Amino acid sequence: MRSGTFSCAIELVRALGRRVNDALQTLGFASRFFVTILAYSGQSFRRLHLTIREIYFSGFQSLVIILVSGLFIGMVLGMQGYETLQRYGSSEALGVLVALSLTRELGPVVSALLFASRAGSSITAEIGLMKATEQLTAMDMMAVNPIARVVAPRFWGGVVSMPLLAALFSAIGVFGGYLVGVVLIGVDEGAFWSQMQGSVDFHLDIVNGIVKSFVFGVAVSLIAVFEGYDAVPTAEGVSASIKRTVVYSALAILALDLVLTSFMFRGI
Amino acid sequence: MNRKLLDLWVGFFVAVGFAAVLFLALRVGNVSSGNFAETYRLTARFDNIGGLKVRGPVKSAGVVVGRVAEIRFDPQSYEALVTVTIDERYKFPKDTFASILTAGLLGEQYIGLDAGGDDKMLQAGDTFAKTQSAVVLEKLIGQFMFNKASENLESK
Repeated sequence: MRSGTFSCAIELVRALGRRVNDALQTLGFASRFFVTILAYSGQSFRRLHLTIREIYFSGFQSLVIILVSGLFIGMVLGMQGYETLQRYGSSEALGVLVALSLTRELGPVVSALLFASRAGSSITAEIGLMKATEQLTAMDMMAVNPIARVVAPRFWGGVVSMPLLAALFSAIGVFGGYLVGVVLIGVDEGAFWSQMQGSVDFHLDIVNGIVKSFVFGVAVSLIAVFEGYDAVPTAEGVSASIKRTVVYSALAILALDLVLTSFMFRGI
Repeated sequence: MNRKLLDLWVGFFVAVGFAAVLFLALRVGNVSSGNFAETYRLTARFDNIGGLKVRGPVKSAGVVVGRVAEIRFDPQSYEALVTVTIDERYKFPKDTFASILTAGLLGEQYIGLDAGGDDKMLQAGDTFAKTQSAVVLEKLIGQFMFNKASENLESK
């Protein structure tokens, strides 16, 4: 009886150790993969149209979802913000509330989450299917490096698109807040803009937001291409990889956001 | 997809993205506010700065004329050493009075400058001769309660 519990405990510890080891191994593989992408980037930039094509697919084609979500989130912020602020008689601060929450947090984070589910998942699916149908192996056979030809352009396409999409998200969100706050509810237009301009700092708020979205872009793109490249080459394997891309991207974005925020906005 | 069309759409996307950054910088953030082109620095010593913060406004007659650049503690005199940058266009007399005020009841704190009557003007690097510290609400309330208590004792 006693030896039974003992061996059960040993088994539990072993299972934990195996999980940690597997996670560390994957992390190490992903880091080496990241370095490889950077090493082959020069080679892939020589054929720049590959990257431009990926900017089209992950950036331009995400425009609609980013713009529509940004507009709606800005409008909701305008309504909810007004509802709370007018209780304290400071509804003129609505512009500050909308602009600061968008440029600092919502713009980078929500657009990165949307980007991960819209573009990240499709990158994973594409690379995973290429691997499952042995296209990557075929390229290797023809002395075409699959990292330089397939992976690096998708990675850089995501990295370039992400900050632009986040800036668009914030800009259209502020416009949405303006629509609801000023046009619909009737907050004073001059106070709305001037208080906003007085409180939003270019370096502290806007540049930091862009830095955030750049970091999210690197993280999401890396996770997407890595999960595709690492996929088990079967239908179930590709589907599991896509699921992991979305889940890990969301977790990475939110965790990185906490870390970056605590560095950027400490003591303010 | 035609290569030329692809380039066109990507160019459009990048241009719209940069336009958004520009909109954020100019319309939302207003790059020019708080960064006066030409400034000079003055220092002021306060016994207590309350909740004054770096980048807080410096106002004279309610108009923003500068920003708080730096706040330090002077270990020799146990005072707060506040450096402010003032717009080059505005000159203040030597006996200008600098006080820490609060915007509204619970608003942010700022430095208010009351110009004196001296003929000489403050030069870059000078120190304000007369300052008034921030009003600390707790001290005020404590004083009020103390006075009330002593009044009650006297009336008995």
